[in-house]
Amino acid sequence: MRRAIGQGSGGSTILIAIALGFLALMLALPLFTVFAEALDQGVGTSLEAIRQPDAIAAMKLTLLVAAIAVPANVVFGLAASWAITKFDFAGKSLLTSLIDLPLSVSPVVSGLIYVLLFGAQGWFGEWLGDRDIQIIFAVPGIVLATMFVTFPFVARELIPLMQGQGRDDEEAALSLGATGFQTFRRVTLPNIRWGLLYGVLLCNARAMGEFGAVSVVSGHIRGQTNTMPLHVEILYNEYDYVAAFSVAALLALLALVTLGLKTLLEWRYGHSSAGGGH
Amino acid sequence: MPGAADTALAPLPPRSERPRLLQPRVRRSIIPGFGLTLGLTVGWLSLIVFLPLAALALKAAGMGPAEFAHAALGGRAIAAYKVSFGAALVAALVNAVFGTLVAWVLVRYRFPGRRLVGAMVDLPFALPTAVAGIALTTLYAEHGLIGALLVPLGVKVAFTWLGITVALTFVGMPFVVRSIEPVLADLGHDVEEAAATLGANRLQTFNRVIFPAIFPALLTGFAMAFARGVGEYGSVIFIAGNMPYRTEIAPLLIVTQLEQYDYNGASAIAVVLLLASFAMLVVLNLYQAYIARRGGRGE
Repeated sequence: MRRAIGQGSGGSTILIAIALGFLALMLALPLFTVFAEALDQGVGTSLEAIRQPDAIAAMKLTLLVAAIAVPANVVFGLAASWAITKFDFAGKSLLTSLIDLPLSVSPVVSGLIYVLLFGAQGWFGEWLGDRDIQIIFAVPGIVLATMFVTFPFVARELIPLMQGQGRDDEEAALSLGATGFQTFRRVTLPNIRWGLLYGVLLCNARAMGEFGAVSVVSGHIRGQTNTMPLHVEILYNEYDYVAAFSVAALLALLALVTLGLKTLLEWRYGHSSAGGGH
Repeated sequence: MPGAADTALAPLPPRSERPRLLQPRVRRSIIPGFGLTLGLTVGWLSLIVFLPLAALALKAAGMGPAEFAHAALGGRAIAAYKVSFGAALVAALVNAVFGTLVAWVLVRYRFPGRRLVGAMVDLPFALPTAVAGIALTTLYAEHGLIGALLVPLGVKVAFTWLGITVALTFVGMPFVVRSIEPVLADLGHDVEEAAATLGANRLQTFNRVIFPAIFPALLTGFAMAFARGVGEYGSVIFIAGNMPYRTEIAPLLIVTQLEQYDYNGASAIAVVLLLASFAMLVVLNLYQAYIARRGGRGE
């Protein structure tokens, strides 16, 4: 890149130093703290902490929730982006903005609305109670709240991507005699695979890391309805800092892997970050 | 009722030419699957998003105006809004300044490790909020790395209003940086060179050329960081201290009331938070539409 304002002057060095100082203070130091606190009493203690039955149960639950919420989100994201980008219909732009709605809802409110729906005092509470079905303070509630907060993640990656690719490829395949499903599998899916992977990555990170929404519907039963982030909270509040930070370090590793893969995808195929965009 | 808001903006064509609600305009598109995919989309959206939100709206509507006002605008609730909105505003302002600087440095300068730094900016999106919360609390507590420096100076961050602001700055930062980056990258050096050729100094070039160009993106990032901060829970509750009337954020008050089985109180505060963030969303969209109409760099 050519020289711009301040390039090569003392000014640029100062600006770079301030920006890096801010990022070191705000990002690097907290990340460092997670691992430093986790390893405070040696690797052995940390490993033992994450081998506790309650920690293992929390990991299993987190994996289970993600294993349900992420594929569901992929199906929805593919359906929504197909409908929105391959057809013209009235109300399309409204539908597109409604899909993004959960992004502007506080996590706590995202949990609360499911309590109002399925809790003991909720609209369906009595009906569910009569049939002995528990959703709130049980795994189904955690899955539902996670699906709500991750709702737009795949669709909002795919819609702009498929909009840019247009409909010509699909129309060509169809006019050559391919069925709708063949067209989707052989033409559309290869075209969007990296964008889809990108959405899955972000969706998965949020599904595994969600705290507020899940906290409201979980009931915090150790070994049963505790996800990894909730287990971090319990351990921390019990002053078991090494254990809390050891489980937290696993989640931080997940975040770093997510960032690494995301950056790789961006370099490889030029997908611009849409995390903060719209 | 999708479609109503959409078509209300433009003069209606004659009835025969109007697309029927949620029907394809181009009837003879050869691409299949419209009914299936749209049905799945609308059905799923209704079940996962609309139905629960409707439960909240019904709950609030069932309370009656007096009870709603009492629950939504009680002293403790007002204090909690002040903490949440105030800290989110300060954090968004800090991010507006430093986020712009970070975006500028990442786009315009080449230095070792730039790509790594660029990737790390998204850390707050990827790191679970509870992990950020306990890490920040440990850092800023009395014996933490930063707390140990600040507490002797009389500056207490952890368990005060300042701590809430630090946590909200952390979660909001990528919104500002990621909004501004593409606009700055698009801007090109020619406009700056033109300004410099015409005799502008650096400050004038920034104030008169660069800042107006990035302002819509800055405002978008600022609003998103602010909205996120108002609703944020996980990263804040550890560092906040959670003292009613002083360091209690609005989302925590919702949780507290839920734990006391006060569903009406929790719902009323939730409605206030929701309306506030929807209002911000609408204003932001109107502003972006205005910028786009004017032919500015609204995206």
